[in-house]
Amino acid sequence: MSTPRVLILRAPGTNCDLESAHAFELAGGKAVLVHINQLLQTPSLSNQYQILCLPGGFSYGDDISAGRILGNQIRHHLQETLVEFKSAGKLILGICNGFQILIRSGILLADDEHGEPATLTWNASGKFEDRWVKLAVDGHKSVFLNGIQSMYLPVAHAEGKFVTRTPALLDQLRSEGRLALRYNSLRATNGQVPYPDNPNGSQADVAGVCDETGRVFGLMPHPERFVDPTQHPRWTREGLQEHGDGLLMFQNAVRYFG
Amino acid sequence: MTLWEIDIYPAEGQPDRLGNAVSVDAADLGLAKDLVVSAARGFLVQGELDETQAKQLARELFADRVVERTVVALAGDESLTVPPNGKPQLLHVILKPGVMDPVAQSALNAIADFGLRVDAVRTLRKFWLPETSAETVRALASRILANDSIEQVVVGPLQFDHLQLGSPYQFELTHVAILDLDDDGLTRLSREGQLYLTLVEMQTIQNYFRELGRNPTDAELESIAQTWSEHCSHKTLAGRIAYRDENGEQRFENMLKETIFAATQRIRRDLGPDDWCVSVFEDNAGIVRFDDEYNVVFKVETHNHPSALEPYGGANTGIGGVIRDPMGTGLGAKPIANTDVFCFAPPDISTADLPPGVLHPRRVMKGVVSGVRDYGNRMGIPTVNGAIYFDERYLGNPLVYCGNVGLIPRNKSTKKVMAGDWIVSVGGRTGRDGIHGATFSSAELTSESESLSGGAVQIGNAITEKMVLDVIMQARDRGLYNAVTDCGAGGFSSAVGEMGEKTGAEVWLDKAPLKYDGLSYTEIWISEAQERMVLSVPPENWDEFESLCSSEGVEASIIGKFVETGRLQLKYNDHIVADLPMELLHDGRPPIIRDAVYEPPVTAPMNLPVAASIDLNAALCKILGSLNVASKEWVIRQYDHEVQGGSVIKPLVGVDNDGPGDAAVVRPVLSSHRGIAVSCGMNPHYGDFDTYHMAASAIDEAIRNCVAVGADPSRISILDNFCWGYTDRPETLGSLVRAALACRDLAIAFGTPFISGKDSLNNEFSYESEGGKQTISIPPSLLISAMGQVEDVRKCVTMDLKEAGNSLYLVGLTSDELGGSHFALVEKLNGGQVPKVCTDRAKQIFASVHQAIQSGCVRSCHDLSEGGLAAGLAEMAFAGGLGALVSLADVPTDIQGAVDVAALFSESNSRFVCEVPVDRKANFERLFDGLPFAAIGEVTDSGRVVVTGSAGVTLIDSSIQELKEAWQSPLRW
Repeated sequence: MSTPRVLILRAPGTNCDLESAHAFELAGGKAVLVHINQLLQTPSLSNQYQILCLPGGFSYGDDISAGRILGNQIRHHLQETLVEFKSAGKLILGICNGFQILIRSGILLADDEHGEPATLTWNASGKFEDRWVKLAVDGHKSVFLNGIQSMYLPVAHAEGKFVTRTPALLDQLRSEGRLALRYNSLRATNGQVPYPDNPNGSQADVAGVCDETGRVFGLMPHPERFVDPTQHPRWTREGLQEHGDGLLMFQNAVRYFG
Repeated sequence: MTLWEIDIYPAEGQPDRLGNAVSVDAADLGLAKDLVVSAARGFLVQGELDETQAKQLARELFADRVVERTVVALAGDESLTVPPNGKPQLLHVILKPGVMDPVAQSALNAIADFGLRVDAVRTLRKFWLPETSAETVRALASRILANDSIEQVVVGPLQFDHLQLGSPYQFELTHVAILDLDDDGLTRLSREGQLYLTLVEMQTIQNYFRELGRNPTDAELESIAQTWSEHCSHKTLAGRIAYRDENGEQRFENMLKETIFAATQRIRRDLGPDDWCVSVFEDNAGIVRFDDEYNVVFKVETHNHPSALEPYGGANTGIGGVIRDPMGTGLGAKPIANTDVFCFAPPDISTADLPPGVLHPRRVMKGVVSGVRDYGNRMGIPTVNGAIYFDERYLGNPLVYCGNVGLIPRNKSTKKVMAGDWIVSVGGRTGRDGIHGATFSSAELTSESESLSGGAVQIGNAITEKMVLDVIMQARDRGLYNAVTDCGAGGFSSAVGEMGEKTGAEVWLDKAPLKYDGLSYTEIWISEAQERMVLSVPPENWDEFESLCSSEGVEASIIGKFVETGRLQLKYNDHIVADLPMELLHDGRPPIIRDAVYEPPVTAPMNLPVAASIDLNAALCKILGSLNVASKEWVIRQYDHEVQGGSVIKPLVGVDNDGPGDAAVVRPVLSSHRGIAVSCGMNPHYGDFDTYHMAASAIDEAIRNCVAVGADPSRISILDNFCWGYTDRPETLGSLVRAALACRDLAIAFGTPFISGKDSLNNEFSYESEGGKQTISIPPSLLISAMGQVEDVRKCVTMDLKEAGNSLYLVGLTSDELGGSHFALVEKLNGGQVPKVCTDRAKQIFASVHQAIQSGCVRSCHDLSEGGLAAGLAEMAFAGGLGALVSLADVPTDIQGAVDVAALFSESNSRFVCEVPVDRKANFERLFDGLPFAAIGEVTDSGRVVVTGSAGVTLIDSSIQELKEAWQSPLRW
């Protein structure tokens, strides 16, 4: 199996770059950290990579709104590069802040005549929260979720509530199979998952969304925070799993090029 | 040039987050009920923009069009002041000029990315209130909407049409006339100039300059004041002290050196070749060995005075500042974990009862938590440990302890400035913020502090610090510099002064990059603007270093040179503005000589009620619901405690991920299973009885928390942070010295070295009331922070009960020690004996618990502290979702007579409850041979905690739901 190269994009305020790189390496990839300024200067750097990962953190402090400034930088300067990257059959993964950036940049959900069709806005709780959530996979569209039915992962964010501009847009995304990952709960009533199992009040309990190809995927939970069994919050009760739930996502990405 | 205002409101049907928060706070503080507030965030943008461009920015940058709507107009336009339904009163809140505004700074750069030209941005908040009295508006403005020390409130429309950008500076060399002052004059100069030096110190300075035959420049005087400040030189505790207590008199030349430092030296000597300390009490943080490749560093600081005035900014820059300590240790450590401990007054105090100048404790707590959250989370450092203590005496003087653990390669753990190196400033620009922070933090707070010391209060910009961290780690690994330190209290003055102590330094103040024009050379020198580090860079590495920094957008500037002169010389352009010998700064301070006395308070025995006379279930619930014990989940969840991916034992544990863990464990190296455990110990209530036993108990608690999760007790290092009242009073200083003696004794007995520490003195608050001057002094507050090491994290245990049928053991001796206990607190009992530590026994217990955990005998382990055995069992049960059936008949105790109540609630130290599977009982018991321990019961699936007394009578029988609710509800905000 060839070893795919993973570009881990760093920007001021990115802070999950090292553990995301670690997760890709555990899965058999070769991860390289690249600063946004480097990529802005030499967009063709991306040609050397098969996977682009936008890790979590607070790019530019999440000032103004989460992911906005880096999202705009991508819109202004890297649109073409990323469209090319995508159409070359490569993979793009946005985790937490990376998901926010993908949404803001228009890479994940294309703008319509009124602008961005959806957003990730302030949690219904009004605050940043770190907690573990149960997740369910819907459909088979996302390459990253191949063969996964459910996962248990942590979220840690303030602005993760997925909202579409209109109900019709939500329906459309659902019918296209792009609402690939959702918060799940045994306590769901009328199909709606209550807080805190849905930690942010996302419409349709959306936790992750993919593009029309299934090769671009963004999610609020952190798969890189559950690749080692000791990261599970209850391993001292339930024993050590063979590997963390999140590792499969990285393995899927690496195997895609196998 | 135009000035645009862009207001952003929630769109129709979207929640008004900002407005709702005001409503909640107004109700919480009793200012207004059911107040409906509309709010907007806004931006003032000044530059060459037409309307289309302003609207483009509103659409594509400032607002989220899916959930927000905007109003865009030229500042002053009427469309900006059209009130929403039924809310005619408009208030604007804007930052005072010069206060750090990270969002505005980011916006400026983000606008440039659109190719638009803008020269200034300011953020604002806009609040619309319903018709209400002017008095209520004033109260809302001052108590909730704005903080006077950093913000201003504009009632009605904004009146200005341009943003102030600072005005040019005209150089003028200023001398301070000191030569002819009498003692009164010197004292006045010290106070009014905010130097906060003693008369003897002022006289020493005067004599020095009399010999030179000239007056000092303002920069010289400020340099001396800063270097000699309590905050920077710890002159009281490192000074001469004559201490008397019931055992006679002891004289110290240097109290800290002869107690706490001496203990560490003794431990290191005893360890000989196995010494695992690397650098203690030298660098910005203590350093100890971790594994073959890495060392770990640890530091805890306080940021009390700024947090009292501006809780968000104070805590924000508190955590930001302590993170720079590991970054400035050795050649720079990577921060891997934060710990935060706070002391507040109870949050339910009535607003009417607040003394003048005091912020409501609820507001203080919310502000402090947000400040730590926003900085720690943005830095990408997991906040894994903490505690909050409540006592009315923290009303005017809350305490904010922030700590950081760092990881550093072993071969990067030392530094040495070389003469000839450039002095390089990296990171944030220098502004007028934080002037006089070092000297201010050495002064007592008064109700006027808010107006006097506004400059000492700051807001941080975490992303600037993160960017600095990113380049420093790379530059360190490439070997581009010889030394690094942080710019903390005292700014360049402190950083350059310390780095150049052994060589000498020449500084070119005009080269420091500024946030805005108008700063004098002295302001540049002493500004405590955040997010700056100072490095010693050899000239041959400058180009590479500079290009590394600029590749990541980090500003680096040469501001001087280390020179072999032994002098500190400051220049502004060609003018010499200060010229002092290093030895005057570092060795010229006259020693402080103080008296300290300690008289142990006379304590009456506690009148302990017999079990039959009180409702013990209710007492247990009251303890669980007391603020110190109650769940802090509201706080903990707001901190990212898992970033960096090394989280092993989280702060919240158990079947529902919400039980109170004893210590957090992280793996700093992701490819390894070696871990670091972080915990703390503190109990100000014991200090009212005897500060010796308070300190001893805090050390025992910090260690046993670490041991409870699996840390090796022979590899725990600890930190001391003393926060005390006014130590010029001999009895206040006496209580501190007594605590330091306990630190020495316990450290030696346990072989647990102190590796760093810090003190914050004069934590008192004064105000005028009808009865004259009132002073509130904080209780003696010694925080002990512990950093343990875990060989293989896969052997760690947590405190939640695991499986019905397992046996429960109580390890350790229970004595009649309910003085200062939480049982006494909730039952309003006085007197009694405060818990003591039997170090011989404790050491053996720690070792045995560790062995038991290592050998896999222990399924859960919890240390017993506030609330004793009863609270510990309850916590283990509800965290595990299981019941416990326990008898007190065999509890090991030295109490004669009725023991049940004491067995339930005594807070005797060095005790644990361990859950042991039946087939491991024999192994477990063998490990505790000769130590006090007993099987006291078993884990059940009843969902109830049932405890029977020595005579077989049921004392406690409560459901875990009821206990958990009592524990969770008080701070479920």
